[in-house]
Amino acid sequence: MIGTGISVNSITARRRHPLARVAVVALALGLLGGGYALAAPNGSTADAAIASGKADDAAEGKSLFVAHCASCHGFNAEGSNKAPTLIGVGAAAVDFQVSSGRMPAADAGPQAPRKPRPDWATDQAIDQLSAYVQSLGGGPTRPTEEQVNPALGDPAKGGELFRANCIQCHNFVGAGGALTYGKYAPPLNPATPTQIYEAMVTGPQAMPVFNDSTITPEQKRDMIAYITHVRSQVDPGGSGLGRIGPVTEGLVAWVVGLSLLILASIWITAKKRRAQA
Amino acid sequence: MNAPPKAITGPSTFLDDRLGAGNFLKRNLRKVFPDHWSFLLGEIALYSFVILLLTGTFLTFWFKPSMGEVNYLGNYAPLYDVRMSEAYASSLHISFDIRGGLLVRQMHHWAALLFVAGMTAHALRIFFTGAYRKPRELNWLIGVGLLTLALLEGLTGYSLPDDLLSGAGLRITQGVAQSIPIVGTYISFFLFGGEYPGHDVIPRFYTIHILLIPGILLALISAHMILMWVQKHTQMPGKARTEKNVVGAPFYPAFMAKSGAFFLFTFGVIALLGTFAQINPIWLFGPYNPANISAGSQPDWYMGFLEGALRLMPAWEINFLGHTVTFSVLIPALVPMGIIMTGLALYPFLEQWVTGDRREHHVCDRPRNNPHRTSIGISAITFYGILWLLGANDEISSVFHIDLYTTTWVGRFAVFIGPAIAYWITYRICIGLQRKDAEVLSHGVESGVIKRMPNGQYIEVHTPPAEDIAEHIRGKKEIPMLVGSADGDGIPPKGARSAIGRLRTKMSEAYGTDHVPLTDGHHNGHHEEEHAAVGAGERKELH
Repeated sequence: MIGTGISVNSITARRRHPLARVAVVALALGLLGGGYALAAPNGSTADAAIASGKADDAAEGKSLFVAHCASCHGFNAEGSNKAPTLIGVGAAAVDFQVSSGRMPAADAGPQAPRKPRPDWATDQAIDQLSAYVQSLGGGPTRPTEEQVNPALGDPAKGGELFRANCIQCHNFVGAGGALTYGKYAPPLNPATPTQIYEAMVTGPQAMPVFNDSTITPEQKRDMIAYITHVRSQVDPGGSGLGRIGPVTEGLVAWVVGLSLLILASIWITAKKRRAQA
Repeated sequence: MNAPPKAITGPSTFLDDRLGAGNFLKRNLRKVFPDHWSFLLGEIALYSFVILLLTGTFLTFWFKPSMGEVNYLGNYAPLYDVRMSEAYASSLHISFDIRGGLLVRQMHHWAALLFVAGMTAHALRIFFTGAYRKPRELNWLIGVGLLTLALLEGLTGYSLPDDLLSGAGLRITQGVAQSIPIVGTYISFFLFGGEYPGHDVIPRFYTIHILLIPGILLALISAHMILMWVQKHTQMPGKARTEKNVVGAPFYPAFMAKSGAFFLFTFGVIALLGTFAQINPIWLFGPYNPANISAGSQPDWYMGFLEGALRLMPAWEINFLGHTVTFSVLIPALVPMGIIMTGLALYPFLEQWVTGDRREHHVCDRPRNNPHRTSIGISAITFYGILWLLGANDEISSVFHIDLYTTTWVGRFAVFIGPAIAYWITYRICIGLQRKDAEVLSHGVESGVIKRMPNGQYIEVHTPPAEDIAEHIRGKKEIPMLVGSADGDGIPPKGARSAIGRLRTKMSEAYGTDHVPLTDGHHNGHHEEEHAAVGAGERKELH
């Protein structure tokens, strides 16, 4: 407005105009909204920088972090009353949470569910985010391809460890199970070998940590070999009925078995003997 | 009729002269069996039992009832070289290395589920139609015994493969034994031959499962059938059906053909399930190790109500004179089972005590015609059903995303409130159905024809019900009641003077009062009954 040639008096006069208040509020809102639009998280700028390869991973990761994570975890990953600090959780935790779509969380439920990743969470973006969080305070790193290759593991040995450590929550084939207060052990079927490994070393959500002194990396690979072997196995006995044990079996016995037999008995007794001619 | 050929008469005469079977067959082959679909429910159990014996025999050829430890070297790769009991290894061997072994194992397990399901459905049919009444109380008691034994047979059976899931069941069994005050630990040591799990339990359960209980089951089933044969089958009320006759088809050839066909149906359904639906995949559970337990560990369905009771029970435990009494195990293990089995066994006698009915009954009640009995039955089903459902509360929580503790708390209240609500609703439905019956008899059935009279009145044409339907409805019997009212001098009858006597006559009155007596149609004899469709009397409106 400066330099428009309008005298101070006329401004003062217009300040008293009945619509002045409305105009001021509209202006303030407009400035706020416009400013926000400029400063708001914007994937395209980060993508452009990544594509040009100018910035290093941790720095790019920080900008991704500020854009997508900081509102709950704090601008320096120091945590808030909504979410824990991420200093020291390590790259493995970031990769597990973001690659499985659990983070960013949709809402504050008892547990963040697995869901499709948002568009910005490309493999490269996860690499950068992981590098940034790793740079904050160390922590478990992501496993190598070799560490999670099921072909190199011994499924029988892994099965014994799986039964001793995992099935009390995840069920005997990893079909998942209920925990208390709305939490649950998710099914393991959609988890990649890398995610299974990372879950063990980081202990996401309600899960305990199985560090390398509790279960060695080789043993973890054996367990991954067992989990992936069993879940890809064709059920030899017909339909697996959800592989959750006798609950569905009992349901099938009553709903299918007994119903078919009752239909048969109705059909048989409805057939009347023809009167002899 | 032509004389039979000599090739048949020769051996028949030979046998008849020595066994005297001719007369027996002549008398019994013409035995009449009434036709109703629900009378075949017991046969589901009977034929499942036959299939259990056949498939079970097959399984014993390869099963090794031993807790001796071996390293598994069979075909199932994810368990290769894993240390396990011989029982488990031989079960895997049957599943993966014996031709047809998995199919027979699965058929055996499906047949077991259907055996108990068939018995349950059969018992409910008997209960709701009052077919347990005099003279069949003893056969009813045999049936309750069979049901109880079947549960034990199932428990010992699914424990045998010694997989992780069966081990969980075994551990609960041991926990229940230990929870019995004073003698609990002794019973546990006696059952397992020392510390749990020990080496004795599988061989012992094997003998019980394949010899002792099947032997008793076979004897009791025979007794059950013979009594049924001698006392004759009950029949549904209907045309020309009285307490003195049985209307139906003769055993030979009609009933025999139907029954034979039904065996094949049962076999077919079990074979289908065994082929297409995997049951008890022991290779997925892994070998039993007392340190391991899986989420979603449930027993077979017929033990589900006990599982549910255990899951609902609050953690109550007291110390009485130095003995720990664990109510959190003792009550769920004994009380629901006690209520259901004792209730079943005593019901015929309690009903006789309340009604004072000492007559013989060969014609079944329709469930609506004895509303209190039907309501008691549905209440018991609700009680059982809620416990049964809550036995799977972790799966419910996991599948439907309901908080686990919410299911527990809902269950704790529902198990008491549910049966009461069920009682009331069932009672109202029974009365409603009786009213409908009375209406059908007195007014006929709607023909769908509306007539307009010359004066403008609309009339809905009713036709009398078909004769068999009318007779079926007229088969309703009054329920006897004790006389409790005072005589002319104001003195009540002898039995009704004590507090219990007064309660008894009051219950008798409630149990026996017929709220909807049947009246015969006031238009009897008319082929076409006509009723005003729009009129004060009918209160029916046409729009």
